[in-house]
Amino acid sequence: MHCGKAWDTESMADGDELEKKRRKIEALSEKMAVDEGHVACGGDWDGRWNHLKKFLERSGPFTLPDFEPGTETLQFLLETCKILVIGAGGLGCELLKNLALSGFRNIHVVDMDTIDISNLNRQFLFRSKDVGRPKAEVAAEFVNSRVPGCNVTPHCQKIQDFDESFYRKFHIIVCGLDSVIARRWMNGMLISLLNYENGVVDQSTIIPLIDGGTEGFKGNARVILPGMTACIDCTLELYPPQINFPMCTIASMPRLPEHCIEFARILQWPKEEPFGDGVSLDGDNPEHIQWVFMKAQERASEFNITGVTYRLTQGVVKRVIPAVASTNAVIAAACATEAFKIATSAYVTLNNYLVFSDVDGLYTYTFEAERKENCSACSQVPQDLQFSSSAKLQDVLQYLTESTSLQMKSPAITTTLQGKNKTLYLQTVASIEERTRPNLCKTLKELGLADGQELAVADVTTPQTVLFKLNFTS
Amino acid sequence: GMAANKAAKEQKYDRQLRLWGDHGQEALENAHVCLVNATATGTEILKNLVLPGIGAFTIVDGHKVSGEDVGNNFFLSTNSIGKAPDKLLDNDPEFFHRFSLVIGVQLPESTCLRLGAVLWNAEVPFLVCRTYGLVGCMRLVVREHTVVESHPDNALEDLRLDQPFTELKNHIDSYDLDSMEKKDHSHTPWIIIVAKFLEKWYSEHNFQMPKNYKEKEAFRELLRQGILKNENGAPEDEENFDEAIKNVNTALNATKISSTVEDIFSCDLCDNITAQTPAFWVMARAVRDFVRDDGNGILPVRGTIPDMIADSEKFIKLQNVYREKALQDASVVSKHVESLLQSVGKVCPPGYLLIMKFFKCVFIISGKNAAFLRVVRCRSLEEEYSIESVNKDEITSCMDNPDSEMVLYLMLRSIDRFYQQHSHYPGVYDYQVEEDISRLKVCVNSLLQEYGLSVSVKDDYIHEFCRCGSAEPHTVAAFLGGCAAQEAIKIITQQFVPFNNTFIYNAMTQTSATFQL
Repeated sequence: MHCGKAWDTESMADGDELEKKRRKIEALSEKMAVDEGHVACGGDWDGRWNHLKKFLERSGPFTLPDFEPGTETLQFLLETCKILVIGAGGLGCELLKNLALSGFRNIHVVDMDTIDISNLNRQFLFRSKDVGRPKAEVAAEFVNSRVPGCNVTPHCQKIQDFDESFYRKFHIIVCGLDSVIARRWMNGMLISLLNYENGVVDQSTIIPLIDGGTEGFKGNARVILPGMTACIDCTLELYPPQINFPMCTIASMPRLPEHCIEFARILQWPKEEPFGDGVSLDGDNPEHIQWVFMKAQERASEFNITGVTYRLTQGVVKRVIPAVASTNAVIAAACATEAFKIATSAYVTLNNYLVFSDVDGLYTYTFEAERKENCSACSQVPQDLQFSSSAKLQDVLQYLTESTSLQMKSPAITTTLQGKNKTLYLQTVASIEERTRPNLCKTLKELGLADGQELAVADVTTPQTVLFKLNFTS
Repeated sequence: GMAANKAAKEQKYDRQLRLWGDHGQEALENAHVCLVNATATGTEILKNLVLPGIGAFTIVDGHKVSGEDVGNNFFLSTNSIGKAPDKLLDNDPEFFHRFSLVIGVQLPESTCLRLGAVLWNAEVPFLVCRTYGLVGCMRLVVREHTVVESHPDNALEDLRLDQPFTELKNHIDSYDLDSMEKKDHSHTPWIIIVAKFLEKWYSEHNFQMPKNYKEKEAFRELLRQGILKNENGAPEDEENFDEAIKNVNTALNATKISSTVEDIFSCDLCDNITAQTPAFWVMARAVRDFVRDDGNGILPVRGTIPDMIADSEKFIKLQNVYREKALQDASVVSKHVESLLQSVGKVCPPGYLLIMKFFKCVFIISGKNAAFLRVVRCRSLEEEYSIESVNKDEITSCMDNPDSEMVLYLMLRSIDRFYQQHSHYPGVYDYQVEEDISRLKVCVNSLLQEYGLSVSVKDDYIHEFCRCGSAEPHTVAAFLGGCAAQEAIKIITQQFVPFNNTFIYNAMTQTSATFQL
């Protein structure tokens, strides 16, 4: 950090001067990103963990019953505890810093994205020179060089690229994701690791999941003990499905600038293919956005609609969520505090959901989200499907995608008929989709399904197939 | 060059520009913040201000970096002024006058109060932050902070259905629902529909709006009956009517000025406009004059309507009726601004853009935001600490729950007392913990006695505040760092509403509370 000079207000009104000074500070800050003159790697210097030791080596009135003051807990943190951070973005960067300065040294981070310039207002482990590089890699590099002894291992991959053998190794998993689908997948993965004995979950197979989310000035942090406390799917209603504008509005009755933008994106682009055959719209390509913007403006002027701007166009096309450093800092801090508590038993863990907003003053609300008895992810209870035998397979598909408690994206439905595995409908492979499409118009009876039939449904929202039981209503 | 830089900045700050706009960003980039003490908490706050582009910052810190600082602080070497804040207060208190905001972190009570007094007199906003074990605390000290753009979460629409202005009335009259073809009928904005049926209702109910649940339900039934029927007498699918029915609850509320805004209008600053009156109050007064002279007791029209099922032409026409009225009202308010300034000997060019330039501000008060104006006034630290004016009621009523965050406030006041008496914070060294617990208890009791607070503080909290030995764990510093930075941004951009005035965060329970002390 550099101490800025005290400038008087007159000179600050001069834009050019200000710009020069700002660039100078930026250059100095860049140099200090990897600090010169820091202590030699690896060794712990005197007093390094003093702040933490107060909580680990002393007894206290608010510790958990199994807490034992002493040096073992710090040793566990420093040498043994393995923690996984999912996401190296707004929350991820903060999480890595927080965990590294809380004694966690064996940290893995997963993120498939590369750094974009719009990340730099909050993802502080990255600099403009890093744009284009993988987030996980740069984040790990920064923390490893700034926090001596800390070992962050990056994985520039999707979470789905790993299986149980990878996730099983961690003591705690912290998520800083920006997608509900990914959260649900992670949730499902940890549930799949659970062992049940006589219907009771084996505690040693539980990996605590700490999940954080932010949007503008709002955020939430939650602690999930898979198989024991409310999971992501238990509270799916807290993530309402994204509202899209009705097609008839977009196609023939636009009223808002957003409608004009969607018209260009959804209808005009596929028709005109302005950048070549089969070239799909890339929200990160400024030329593509510019094209959509111009087309949207044309449409808007046709209908006397005002308000189409480049910024709005980009926001609609990319489904941009506004973001600032402060909210991410708050939520990641809350998550890291919970990770520390879980790893050390130094305090009672959050039970189990924290909501935060600082639009008007500062507001937090803490409550215990309840498990859903028949949760499709964690209840172990086969899901009930109530349909008439004359209902079409299409109706079942619609239910799976539209029900607020399931919200599946592109479910693949299979069943066992006459001892053989049969795919009733699958969307994600074009050839199979074509072959099974006629089944959608057939009734469940026509497809040979019986009352009580088990259907296995696979979907991107879960790593394991979900079992459903068909109940004919008529 | 400059243009390329501007474009890069727009991209870099895109995600936050969508929250506070270009003018908010400009305010941020023109600000100069002072941080006192670059501890972990301090540098976290600074990080969260540098990232969004704060114009300048100065660090005042007399301490030398120690081994434990490097343990909890992500930003290792700081280039601080090297003078302790106390020395500056001794020798050059006016040093602090130049800042948009001063943020004081981990300040001992004496320094905090001294600095507070200097800044209160100089009218420089002061944000006090402290991380103490698993507790975080913020105190905002600002005489008067006005907010034009509060960006409320769930604002009610300003539709004027209870008292349609002339142009709206004329527009509604131009519709004849009974003679419309189905296509037009089904694509008429629900605002028109409610207005039309309200006229019917008036003629049968002595020109009184539906007031209670029963009447609103009867009104909804009236709307249902208005849905077109097909040859078989079954109701057609008319989504616009569904919308009308859904909106009956809120659309028929009486248009009136909120008490918050009424309070602003009755302030002294609004009554007595002088050549020194700040922009906010001149403009608020102009709106008040509009309300009394031109608006029939109502604010200028906001000018926006929500999206609704309608064909493009009908919707745009209706939207323009509201927009044009808003522009008209704004121009009348603008004239009031000009005449107010004239009355105190200032010549201001006409029109809002020039008014903004004249006031050197990034906002104007118009129908768009008049309903959401906010003023935050925080008491001084002197008032909070004085025995005569301590907020006893707030403290004792919160302590009805002995685990309320208020107990953490009392503990922080107590450890400050401890420090004054013993020159160290309780329990810093292991050997001190045991005896400091009883010493701290003495401090707690003397604090309560001195202020006449008949509350009791559980021993557990006294024990905990010794146990933590004034540690500043990083995750708590980071939480507070995020909170404090955003409050600083609110003060600087004058958007969104700052807290008033004491915020306590309990990381043990992940709960928080705000008290007005």
